[in-house]
Amino acid sequence: MATKASRSAARTMMTPAVILLLGWMLVPLIMTLWFSFTKYLPLRGDSIQRGLEWVGFANYSRFLSSSAFWPSVQTTLIMVGGVLLITVVLGVLLAMLLDQPMWGQGVVRILIIAPFFVMPTVSALVWKNMMMDPVNGIFAHLWRFFGAEPVAWLQDASLSSVVTIVSWQWLPFATLILLTAIQSLDSEQLEAAEMDGALVIKRFWFIVLPHLARAITIVILIQTIFLLSIFAEIFVTTGGAFGTRTLTYLIFQRVIDSQNIGLGSAGGVYAIILANIVAIFLMRIVGKNLDA
Amino acid sequence: MGQIELKQVTKSFGTTQVIPPLDLIIQDGEFTVFVGPSGCGKSTLLRLIAGLEDITTGHIEIDGKGATDVVPAKRGLAMVFQSYALYPHMSVRKNIAFPLRMAKLDKAEITKRVEGAASVLNLTDYLDRRPGQLSGGQRQRVAIGRAIVREPAAFLFDEPLSNLDAALRVGMRLEISELHKRLETTMVYVTHDQVEAMTMADKIVVLNAGVIEQEGTPLELYRSPRNTFVAGFIGSPKMNLITGPEAEKQNAHTIGVRPEHIDVVESGGQWQGTVGVAEHLGSDTFFHIHNTGLAEMLTVRAIGDVSLRHGDAIHLNPRAAEIHRFDAQGLRIS
Ligand SMILES: Nc1ncnc2c1ncn2[C@@H]1O[C@H](COP(=O)(O)OP(=O)(O)OP(=O)(O)O)[C@@H](O)[C@H]1O
Ligand SMILES: [Mg+2]
Repeated sequence: MATKASRSAARTMMTPAVILLLGWMLVPLIMTLWFSFTKYLPLRGDSIQRGLEWVGFANYSRFLSSSAFWPSVQTTLIMVGGVLLITVVLGVLLAMLLDQPMWGQGVVRILIIAPFFVMPTVSALVWKNMMMDPVNGIFAHLWRFFGAEPVAWLQDASLSSVVTIVSWQWLPFATLILLTAIQSLDSEQLEAAEMDGALVIKRFWFIVLPHLARAITIVILIQTIFLLSIFAEIFVTTGGAFGTRTLTYLIFQRVIDSQNIGLGSAGGVYAIILANIVAIFLMRIVGKNLDA
Repeated sequence: MGQIELKQVTKSFGTTQVIPPLDLIIQDGEFTVFVGPSGCGKSTLLRLIAGLEDITTGHIEIDGKGATDVVPAKRGLAMVFQSYALYPHMSVRKNIAFPLRMAKLDKAEITKRVEGAASVLNLTDYLDRRPGQLSGGQRQRVAIGRAIVREPAAFLFDEPLSNLDAALRVGMRLEISELHKRLETTMVYVTHDQVEAMTMADKIVVLNAGVIEQEGTPLELYRSPRNTFVAGFIGSPKMNLITGPEAEKQNAHTIGVRPEHIDVVESGGQWQGTVGVAEHLGSDTFFHIHNTGLAEMLTVRAIGDVSLRHGDAIHLNPRAAEIHRFDAQGLRIS
């Protein structure tokens, strides 16, 4: 498509942006790497001016051997996986529902999109105090109405509660992308499948779902990037207690609560490694959908 | 096996009635073509037969069995769409096999039938390609392949050739006719194209605003159109329709003469006029004649290459035996 001249022009024009982005990425990355090999405890008087003590891989082995590490990795994966599963499945269903002609379509669509515009902190607060509060929450009232004992959601079902909150926030995104994909499906293909003897479920499985494959891939990839670094929802609701401490949250605790920057940086490097492992897995599983 | 019968079928979208009560019998093994102007309800009628649209009132019977409330999948009909409607994420092989998989045939049988269809349609080399990697004509053949493997009671075609170029269209037209001769299965075919209708059909059904104006063999329609609509619609170029004193001389409200039934003579012709545009096709020449005092314009066919120029005077003799007469309602007077 592009000629030689336009390609070299494009390269020249892109250079400043690429350099800026590289700097943006490289400076924090290099500093994190550096800190992760030093003893850096500001409260004990360590500072960059006075020079940091080089400790080799001590921070790495300490972070890895801490009893909180593996559970936090597990929590991270469960949380990301859970939210992906819920948003993709419900997103596909909602998108198909919204694609049907119905009364008040415009309004319904806007309402469905609305949660995406609410800041994570605000939505977490609303869920915590309005919905899930064991005394005054709507769920508590509902449970009592049916004669059941209210559940202390954020203590007894903490991880699934956080997954619910985050899913609620990301469902609109998934729905929106999947809806545009569904709208681009040629209705004659569905009719052809109908003539070919495929009933509703088969039509969904053989025609609609393959058509959505690419959109689902995009939803999964984009959401994973953001979900690996969930923070506000955990901070506001459980503060990392009751088994909701993700890797991100653990690093936050090491750096801010214990003021151990070296240890936290080592955790950060582990988080980068984890993100890359997840990325490789995802690209293996779903990435081929992007080629065609 | 594939007689289709429509009894008093109507179709309305909201409050607008697209098909007024309509009766039609399509005989087993017949190649029936629906023609009519754009928006007259050809596609709608085909989709009613397929079951893709619900009929508003009336009955449909296939092979004598009520099919009105039967879902499309169970009617035993196959349809070829104008846009081909192939499944883009499946290979050609999977596309053709799809109806068989849905019918839960066993693997060996599916392979046998898919390969049979592919060799009939010259698709053997393309079985592992995706539809996106095929040309228009090949896609069309895949769509036909997908229809024939099921061995349906009848095929429904909705303008299947209209996306192809002229040369390919002629080729595919022959292939479909060929296929019909071999399979002897009922085919219902919607088209805009005069030539397709005339050359392929056993029976042509001329529709106008959802009403059947006439049905019959191509030659019946050509020789004795039932009314002025059919007279004007069948035949290319169109029949000349003349009203006024010239028609009254023949005791008719309107008379019609086809361009090929008017002879060009040196002098002393029954009608005179001046030559307008001349369309030279090599074998024939079509002249547009003005100032005849009969109609706005007459079209006349002259055989071979006739050297008349724009503005020349021309003498014409209509063949008396080939003049069609119609009354004030537009109906044929025999
Ligand atoms: N889903 C629909 N809702 C409302 N009106 C419709 C619908 N489908 C078709 N129509 C109307 O029904 C009439 C017949 O349409 P149809 O598609 O059968 O025409 P057609 O003869 O196939 O025309 P063409 O030759 O242009 O394809 C048209 O006036 C069209 O506007
Ligand atoms: Mg049509």
